[in-house]
Amino acid sequence: MKSMKGLALAIVALAISAGMTMSSCGDSGNGSKADSSANKGGDENTILGAGATFPNPLYSKMFSEYNKTTGLKVNYQSIGSGGGIQQLTAKTVDFGASDAPMNAKQDSALTAPVIHIPATAGAVVISYNLPDLKDTLKLTPDAVAKIFMGEIKKWNDKAIASINPGVKLPAMDIQVAHRSDGSGTTNIFTTYLSKVNKDWESKVGKGSSVNWPVGLGGKGNEGVAGSIKQTPGGIGYVELAYAIQSNMAFAKLQNKAGNFITPSIASVTAAANITIPADAKVSLTNTDAPDGYPISGLSWILVYKEQKYDNRSAEKVSKMLKLIQWMIHDGQQYSAALNYAPLSPAAVAVGDAQLKSVTYDGKPVLQ
Amino acid sequence: MDTSLNNDLITRPDSMLGRVISSAKLRDAVKGIKRIKRSHRQIRTENVFKKTLVIVALSTVVLVLGIMVTLAWQSTLSIKASGLSYLWGKVWDPVQDIFGAYPFILGTLLTSFTALIISIPFSFAVGIFLGEYFPNGLASNFLKNTVELIAAVPSVIYGFWGLAVLVPIVRSFETSIGVAPVGLGIFTSSLILAIMIIPYAASLTRSMIQMVPSNLKEAAYSLGATRWEVIRSVILPYTKSGLFAGILLSLGRALGETMAVTMVIGNTSLIPKNIFSPGNTMASIIANEFTEADHPVYLSALIELGLVLFLVTVVINMLGRRIIKQFTQE
Amino acid sequence: MSVHIKYRIGKSRVFQVIIALLAFACVVPLMFILFYILKAGITKINWHFLTNLPKPVGETGGGIANALLGTVLLVLTASVIAIPVGILCGIYLSENRKSRLAYWSRLCIDILQGVPSIVIGIVAYFWLVKPLGVFSALSGSVALAIMMLPTIVSSTEETLKLLPDTLREAAFALGMPFHRVILKVIIPCGFSGILSGVMLSVARVSGETAPLLFTAFGNPYLSTNILKPMQSLPLLIFNYATSPYNDWHDLAWGASCILLIWVLLLNIFTKLVTRKWKVQL
Repeated sequence: MKSMKGLALAIVALAISAGMTMSSCGDSGNGSKADSSANKGGDENTILGAGATFPNPLYSKMFSEYNKTTGLKVNYQSIGSGGGIQQLTAKTVDFGASDAPMNAKQDSALTAPVIHIPATAGAVVISYNLPDLKDTLKLTPDAVAKIFMGEIKKWNDKAIASINPGVKLPAMDIQVAHRSDGSGTTNIFTTYLSKVNKDWESKVGKGSSVNWPVGLGGKGNEGVAGSIKQTPGGIGYVELAYAIQSNMAFAKLQNKAGNFITPSIASVTAAANITIPADAKVSLTNTDAPDGYPISGLSWILVYKEQKYDNRSAEKVSKMLKLIQWMIHDGQQYSAALNYAPLSPAAVAVGDAQLKSVTYDGKPVLQ
Repeated sequence: MDTSLNNDLITRPDSMLGRVISSAKLRDAVKGIKRIKRSHRQIRTENVFKKTLVIVALSTVVLVLGIMVTLAWQSTLSIKASGLSYLWGKVWDPVQDIFGAYPFILGTLLTSFTALIISIPFSFAVGIFLGEYFPNGLASNFLKNTVELIAAVPSVIYGFWGLAVLVPIVRSFETSIGVAPVGLGIFTSSLILAIMIIPYAASLTRSMIQMVPSNLKEAAYSLGATRWEVIRSVILPYTKSGLFAGILLSLGRALGETMAVTMVIGNTSLIPKNIFSPGNTMASIIANEFTEADHPVYLSALIELGLVLFLVTVVINMLGRRIIKQFTQE
Repeated sequence: MSVHIKYRIGKSRVFQVIIALLAFACVVPLMFILFYILKAGITKINWHFLTNLPKPVGETGGGIANALLGTVLLVLTASVIAIPVGILCGIYLSENRKSRLAYWSRLCIDILQGVPSIVIGIVAYFWLVKPLGVFSALSGSVALAIMMLPTIVSSTEETLKLLPDTLREAAFALGMPFHRVILKVIIPCGFSGILSGVMLSVARVSGETAPLLFTAFGNPYLSTNILKPMQSLPLLIFNYATSPYNDWHDLAWGASCILLIWVLLLNIFTKLVTRKWKVQL
């Protein structure tokens, strides 16, 4: 009879206690599995980041390599730049990542200042799917804007044919693909189009997610690349690394100097060879460099300038900052193999200065 | 403690008669106290148990109210900003902060109703086959179990399969009829949805048909009606409201389906021009943009979509259930 | 026989054939899907696939150990939350059929049944992710638990309702207190029905993706801490299926195959339970 005491409550308590046991088991399990240098348990040894899909292949490579040498686990989810900014604002992630510097509207939602650290540079390429085309397509800024506004509807339109003399263009419909999520890639692309085309600026504008006049949406660089690959006659904009890794064709684009430039690490580096302001918020699009690819952009890591919030430990903060420091120095060696442009020395210097300005409880973390 | 006292009383060796009587009385008294104590304890436990049950039942009500309040609370910003015009606003432009849900409401209705039209003949056929023609036997057992398995396959797997298999098929179909060969779009998602919702209407139809009183059917047979005539003139009219409820439940399911649709619908905020154009449903736009909404009004507008979706599915489901309840009570 | 009667009988036969054809046509897409997924996925599954973590883009190989463990933990935690609550609620509903609370509670369970999974994801985000300031498996589990509730509650309620009142009355007549009657007599008698409800709900949430998008979030590493982000099979399938990399597609096919087999096994097992104990659901 005594064993019956509170049986009813016990059932309810079971839920809670089992949950607690699991979480405590989880902690100890994580601790024992973690690297021997850090016996602190899972919490201290895992950094959570979210944001841009643009540098995701590079970041996942960097984090995997960094994990091998230090045991630090970085969980990076490529949910889109807008998402990175939103989740950083909501303080649900340790760092955000974005291909677009934060704008005034986003800044106003913040409770504390955020700094931008350039982590890599890349290019947005105009990728297309024309199975029978042998030559590389050439495009002018004007043609690109018109295609993405839906004014050029057929591949054999005069506007495209006149740029590509001697190329036999099919009479197929153009299927535009764009990002369905908030994206820094979109921001770079629409910033570029707004710079080169007045119509675009007034009708569509620039931003991380715009109201597209035509086309299909895909989630992430992956989604757009997948959509182009699957649709004959498709055209869309994706990150250079994605286009190369998934064997997609991409167009040569005319830059400000009038040259048709193939997007490559060299032409992005050329475009990025400019002076970087101290806050690192700079657009590389429509570069003046004669051999620079015009739709290039930096990709940033975003962190709060003051890191003492929400019970974060000094140790975790310093681990995270060391990670970012490693990314902009040693981590850059992985760029080329994955078709990202290594940061210019000027950008690295600005990034270092930004990192050193990060404080914990008012004191700088990195010396 | 009680027991030791008890034993003590019984085993006292030098007890005289009077004392024996009194000890027996005492024993009874102690027993009585014990019983009362025990029943007190039992009553307490019982009360705790009953209270737990009430609390748990209450918590389900709180849960649903909580969901509603959360959605309404989080969408106030958007409701204030665009008011009722939100529902028929034709433009969804996060850059300019213009939020109109019309393209998604239209997309949701188009996909759901197309799916319903495609799936209803099949699910009714399954229901009639199992309910009337072959209620027992190997073939009907096989059919019944397989159709139930359709509901078991996770929607993300339907989406993946659709992306890999269905999209190319639809694309070549679109080429042959001369529409833009995109492959992704409302039609493709309707096809997948149609498969996914078959079991809902089918199982309801079956159980409704089995509930038709046999004297009605037998009366019709005795008048010389053929099997088909019995189905058409007796069974279907009798189960009319039940069949309608089945359609409603399928619809409710189709409206809220997220992953499979998100993967194959094409994800564009433009108003779909025809059944083959890409679009977005309310659920798919939330899945696409929720983690990426980078300013409060945008986020709030997405949650308002969630609220609308919630209310619509709740109304449809409640209606369906109410009809079924009425039917089964008759 | 007159021509008219022949025509009517013929018509009846034709419709019977049409109905049978339509009915069995439903089986085709399912068989097609099962076959396709198994064919595409089964070759990818091996020991390495089950015990390794996904590799970064550009490196071949890799596995889905994190997603497997994550799904198990997510569903387990959700069950720990949902099963006691669901069963107790079911008991209340079957014991107090006419009370006002029962009416509202039943209504709410009906509503929950129809709530789109994505909406539950949003709510879990605002209840657990935002206040705690971290994406966590726990928030995902709570969302899944909410989705499990209606199935468990209604299967419990329906099963207990079917038990004869004499059972209950006999127990009461022996002087058993209410809670003992429920826990020692009623629940054991209805055990198989409740069990099949639980299994069905587990099967249902095992494949849920939408509520996990903004709660469990994903994790490239093995994680057993339910207060931190965690990967799950459906999330992994969604992310990798929409990518353009063949390596990741392979992972997604393998993962789909495992998820499908798991869900089907659960369903078939439920069928066997219900058949063995002649449960009506």
